[in-house]
Amino acid sequence: MTDASLAASPHTSPANASANANSVHMTDAARARLRRRYAADRRFRRVGLAAVLFGVSALGFLLFTILSNGFTAFRQTELRLDIVFSRDIIATDGKTDSRAIRAADWARLVRESLQAKFPDARDRRGSRLVEALVSPGAQGQLMDMVLADPSLIGQTRTVWVLAASDIDMIVKGHADRGVAEEARRVNDRQLAWMDALQKDGALRLAFNTRFLTGADSRYPELVGIWGGILGSLYTLAITLALAFPLGVMAAIYLEEFAPKNRFTDLIEVNINNLAAVPSIVFGLLGLAVFLNAFGMPRSAPLVGGCVLALMSLPIIIIAARAALRAVPPSIREAALGLGASRLQMVLHHVLPLAMPGILTGTILSMAHALGETAPLLMIGMVAFIVDIPSGPLDAATVLPVQIFMWADSPERGFVEKTSAAILVLLIFLLGMNAVAIWLRKRFERRW
Amino acid sequence: MTTNPATEPAPASARRAKLTASGVDVFYGPKHAIKKVSIDIAEREVVAFIGPSGCGKSTFLRCLNRMNDTIAACRVTGDIRLDRDDIYAPDVDVVQLRARVGMVFQKPNPFPKSIYDNVAYGPRIHGLAGSKSELDGIVEHALKGAALWKEVADRLDSPGTGLSGGQQQRLCIARAIAVSPEVILMDEPCSALDPIATAHVEELIDELRARYTIVIVTHNMQQAARVSQRTAFFHLGELVEENDTSVIFTNPRDERTQGYITGRYG
Repeated sequence: MTDASLAASPHTSPANASANANSVHMTDAARARLRRRYAADRRFRRVGLAAVLFGVSALGFLLFTILSNGFTAFRQTELRLDIVFSRDIIATDGKTDSRAIRAADWARLVRESLQAKFPDARDRRGSRLVEALVSPGAQGQLMDMVLADPSLIGQTRTVWVLAASDIDMIVKGHADRGVAEEARRVNDRQLAWMDALQKDGALRLAFNTRFLTGADSRYPELVGIWGGILGSLYTLAITLALAFPLGVMAAIYLEEFAPKNRFTDLIEVNINNLAAVPSIVFGLLGLAVFLNAFGMPRSAPLVGGCVLALMSLPIIIIAARAALRAVPPSIREAALGLGASRLQMVLHHVLPLAMPGILTGTILSMAHALGETAPLLMIGMVAFIVDIPSGPLDAATVLPVQIFMWADSPERGFVEKTSAAILVLLIFLLGMNAVAIWLRKRFERRW
Repeated sequence: MTTNPATEPAPASARRAKLTASGVDVFYGPKHAIKKVSIDIAEREVVAFIGPSGCGKSTFLRCLNRMNDTIAACRVTGDIRLDRDDIYAPDVDVVQLRARVGMVFQKPNPFPKSIYDNVAYGPRIHGLAGSKSELDGIVEHALKGAALWKEVADRLDSPGTGLSGGQQQRLCIARAIAVSPEVILMDEPCSALDPIATAHVEELIDELRARYTIVIVTHNMQQAARVSQRTAFFHLGELVEENDTSVIFTNPRDERTQGYITGRYG
């Protein structure tokens, strides 16, 4: 470019101010257009920010509600009682073998220990009311103590036993003791005993180990989440073991080997449709096929895992195909150009590069399966199960179904347990997403 | 004869033909991409394919090691022979063919692995090395052959993708020659490189001529003039003219060739 041509250019030289004023971009109309463009830009950013803030505040509100409702579930009220392990009650026939101990009237033992502390509760009604201070779980707790050490029979021990849920609710402030007596689940006599215990320092909030180690129960103070956690883990293990290899192999075949024709197009459309099928339909399929046709055990994580695997398969296939497609074709050509077979090309180069994407998709689909309730209802995993499952063939329930069942229970004590179980489920989901992020970073390679 | 100061090869007719194509047609679906191309490529010489974009030179190059097989819509008819054997015969193993006819691509495409593993990959899958020390020898030999050994000898374990563009392309050449091919196909190997890296690769091609038959596709006519002994000019899927490079650039027979090399189109 010569100097002359530079000077002729309308945008360069400040010396040519008069030429600039003639530019179509310097008129008032052009300036107004420019201002409108900037205004639209700012408006869009503000709307976007508002959308993000709304989402964040909704999430914050949800988390706050769950946390404030749920954190009290991790502590449970206990009462300190002087328990008389009376020989008359435990060993009625003089026998102290485990069968006799199990057959003993433990409710009476608890009641009499309470009446020893509160002599005014010896009447018929009072004995029922005083017994209601203590959780039915206390009987089992005392029985286990004696089973572990039969020499306790005939002695008196100071024991912290679980309080009943109604007492627990008042201690935690979830139930209002100020309302009229007939509207309360705990009457004035019981409140008086409770206050007496509190004054003696015989009432405390202790860490609720049972919630983390136990299974379901009819009584809110006795429930535990461990049965649900194990059920979920067994179910997810089955789901992963079935869906991951099948999904990845199907994706590799469809993406790398299958001819592109009408038939594979049909398969592709069907896979995409299957990913959008409501999950309860998979539950009905599981009921019809796995339970009725194959006769597999009802309520078992094995069946739940199979159903969730069917549900996750299309999602994993779609994620894996997208990850395979994202591997640059130059890598495939490089491998093929060196004389690698198609399988070698896939296994040595394409699959390792696609792995982060495949793993991320798989873990997200697993997280989705972890939160799934509806299909498991159809195959009987909604049953009331008080035993912790010892394997994938045992009857079990899973975390979200457990939450569903507790949310369905009328007792006030289940509210905090429901929220606490949601917290546990959220922690698991966060953990799985963290693993997904870690795997992606770990296997990510640049090319 | 100023374009090619290197020692003049004997005329192609006097040398044994390594690759022979006769009456090759290529179709991409309904599109007739290559029309009745016939060419002989002699042993141990560099043949350059030149022509405007979309003229089919890369397509034809990819027929020579059947890389077009990977494109479902692509159909090749005609006869292509490597040492008198039809490479499109039904009993031909493409894996074996591609081991004999190596390829270097337009964009450097090292595997996201170490430099060593990049070069060792071919010998490994073909089982060319019986032991680790033998494999080390092959890798060193290939890297020396690609004039890269001095630059990477002390960092064979670092990723191949961390090299500069020109080094990456020489790594791809090392990777190709580690398999001991007879023919190396190069598809615009310098189009993504700067002039200095291009000069390195061109020098290398000239050295490789002593051992390999090389077919190179290029957009750059100076490059064709510098590195090749024979040049073929493609236009709209046809092979317009094929002759000694010096003849093509000084005394083309066809006026389309004349027009292209003088820059009237392309």
